[in-house]
Amino acid sequence: MTATNIKVLDINLSEEKIEIQHREDLAPLLGGIGLASKLFAEKVNPELDPLAEEQPVVLANGPLSTIFPVVTKVVSVFRSPLTGEWGESYAGMRLALAMRLAGYQAIVIHGKAKRPTYLAIGPHGVQFKNASALWGLTVGETGTILRRILPGSGHRSTIRIGPAGEKCVSFANVNVDTYRHFGRLGMGAVFGAKNLKAVVIYGDKDEPVADIKAYNKVYKDIYQRVVSTDIMEKYHGVGTAINVNALNNLGGLPTKNLQSGKFDSANEISGEAFAEHCLIRKMACSGCPVGCIHIGLRRREFGPGYEYESKSISYDHELIFAMGSYLGISSRDKVLDLIDAVEELGLDAMTAGVALGWVTEAYKNGIVDEVTLGTKVQFDDTKGYIEVLKNIVYPQNSFYTELAKGTAAVAEKYGGKEYALTLAKTEIAGYHTGHANILGQTVGARHSHLDNAGYSVDQKNKDQKDLEKMVESIIEEEKWRNVLNCLCICLFARGIYDHQTVVSALNSIGIETNEEELNTLGEEIFKLKQQMRSKLGYNLGQLEFPKRFYETPSLTGKINEETLNKMLEIYKSRSQESESGSQNG
Amino acid sequence: MTAKILQAKDMAKCIGCYSCMMACARTTRRSLSPTKAALQIRTAGGLQSKLIADICRGCIDAPCAEACRCGALLPREGGGVRFITHKCLGCGDCVEACIIGVLEFDYDNQKPLVCVQCGTCVRFCPHQVLTMEERLV
Repeated sequence: MTATNIKVLDINLSEEKIEIQHREDLAPLLGGIGLASKLFAEKVNPELDPLAEEQPVVLANGPLSTIFPVVTKVVSVFRSPLTGEWGESYAGMRLALAMRLAGYQAIVIHGKAKRPTYLAIGPHGVQFKNASALWGLTVGETGTILRRILPGSGHRSTIRIGPAGEKCVSFANVNVDTYRHFGRLGMGAVFGAKNLKAVVIYGDKDEPVADIKAYNKVYKDIYQRVVSTDIMEKYHGVGTAINVNALNNLGGLPTKNLQSGKFDSANEISGEAFAEHCLIRKMACSGCPVGCIHIGLRRREFGPGYEYESKSISYDHELIFAMGSYLGISSRDKVLDLIDAVEELGLDAMTAGVALGWVTEAYKNGIVDEVTLGTKVQFDDTKGYIEVLKNIVYPQNSFYTELAKGTAAVAEKYGGKEYALTLAKTEIAGYHTGHANILGQTVGARHSHLDNAGYSVDQKNKDQKDLEKMVESIIEEEKWRNVLNCLCICLFARGIYDHQTVVSALNSIGIETNEEELNTLGEEIFKLKQQMRSKLGYNLGQLEFPKRFYETPSLTGKINEETLNKMLEIYKSRSQESESGSQNG
Repeated sequence: MTAKILQAKDMAKCIGCYSCMMACARTTRRSLSPTKAALQIRTAGGLQSKLIADICRGCIDAPCAEACRCGALLPREGGGVRFITHKCLGCGDCVEACIIGVLEFDYDNQKPLVCVQCGTCVRFCPHQVLTMEERLV
């Protein structure tokens, strides 16, 4: 692959110093997750706590970012306070564009600011600004103030934490431009531990096209496939929330702390119902003609005499699962209220939902009482849940301090592990499809359903018989997604960006490569992540699966402990083969 | 037939994908940067607010052309202007003259970012928010 200029902005918060590094040596990694993994590996100290000030957080985009349709993501890599190991998360909206306009392929932030601080990153420097007035403010308020006081209005990106990040809740998120997030694995806590409230990025850098004919041709071809075929339609139409009814009908929608795979009130909170009753607009990340971001309107009476307020809230399948079916929430308004609560506090919705599910059962089983909780909780009751969410951020006792560390941590100490739905200390996603889904989230680098799409492997292997093939698919998919993630292509467009399309796009902007080289790159990153994860404490030998998985039938039937363990053994040998194979090769 | 003029009548339908700006920048400026586009889609105040289109409105007897003393900007029949790039000296008088403040100056090239009503942006608007229409008289 042809070397391209990789410009890295290194920010030292402790000393308020910056450095521009030109890393041509990292060009073969293309960018995105490859680049971020390498930069993170160079800087992380496995001996130190995830929230130690020395630990880096790395942001990176790729060479195709924003200049090809649906290439809209930025990756962040950090040491996760939730799992203690590999932290990797993706967010869209305008961040990739703003980084490109500012002229940086990667930003490395380390150290700890002496006082609450926000960074204003432009093409000509970085300002370290006092954030005292912003500390303690919600995500929404913080955004409003930053928009007013900083330049670049219209196309800049504002990423910030809420109170949850400041208080280092292990599943605090970093909000990106109101409607997207670095959601999972606690990047918000890493910001908070660094006294970093927000980062605003803007720029106006020009970038000439080298071969306009080649670029135009490939751009147009991809654009046409995105807007004129039905490959992307489900994401724009009803949106990802179309999965709510689809999964529920097949019995794969995690409901009431996974006591069931079917939810009685699914029709009330389905994607179709949200679209018909709440949807007010759709939005897109910069450079994406699809527009999958669905905004719902919550109109709320807050006082007598027709006192109303309204709020525009983004919803998706995962949010409706975590703040809906998983907690037995039976109305759209209640789902939106819970989403609003986690958004403003700056908590990851999926993690928070699964944690609340555990709390609900722990309360019912007498593990935690009303006095400790400060409220009653039961399925479908948002009032209690909102109280618990606030208490997680502002803990008044040791129970909440533990809960703020995540579901695995609190269940380890208080019990109820059999219904604490975490995989490798990470709360589950909104699918109960079968063995591949469970294994995929467990072994995936970031324990996400998006690492390797186990949920999709299940649906292609409904009989759940060919375990070798299922594990093989998981590993192959994760490797290829590493390539897509080096380019920070939105994974919704994985059907558009096949090998050939990726090669054409890269070639058209002067990066010579071929399918074989890309596959090798995916393999290399897979290996690099495996090594880093082991160093940070991930241990395949110490994995446990909560019993609840075996009790609640999935979309493909009953989950069998023996089958799952067999698959884990196959995975162990296959992933090691892959490691030694590439070492020899 | 009268010349067609760029319109953005249905901005409430805009999803903010910026495909139009990308199309304009690469076609008219051979640039990958949407800041080099002759139209700018932006938010009024954060992403919860409305999206706004700063586009050339194709004035009849365009004030920008009137302000141009070097013959680079010429009024176009039916509204808007033609831009003779090599005649432009980069004085910026046209930018000052734009009465709605949408004509931007490109400091890298020392030339204004003139919309010549070519309609490329319209072809890359996935939701038909942007259109080319004859002026109603």
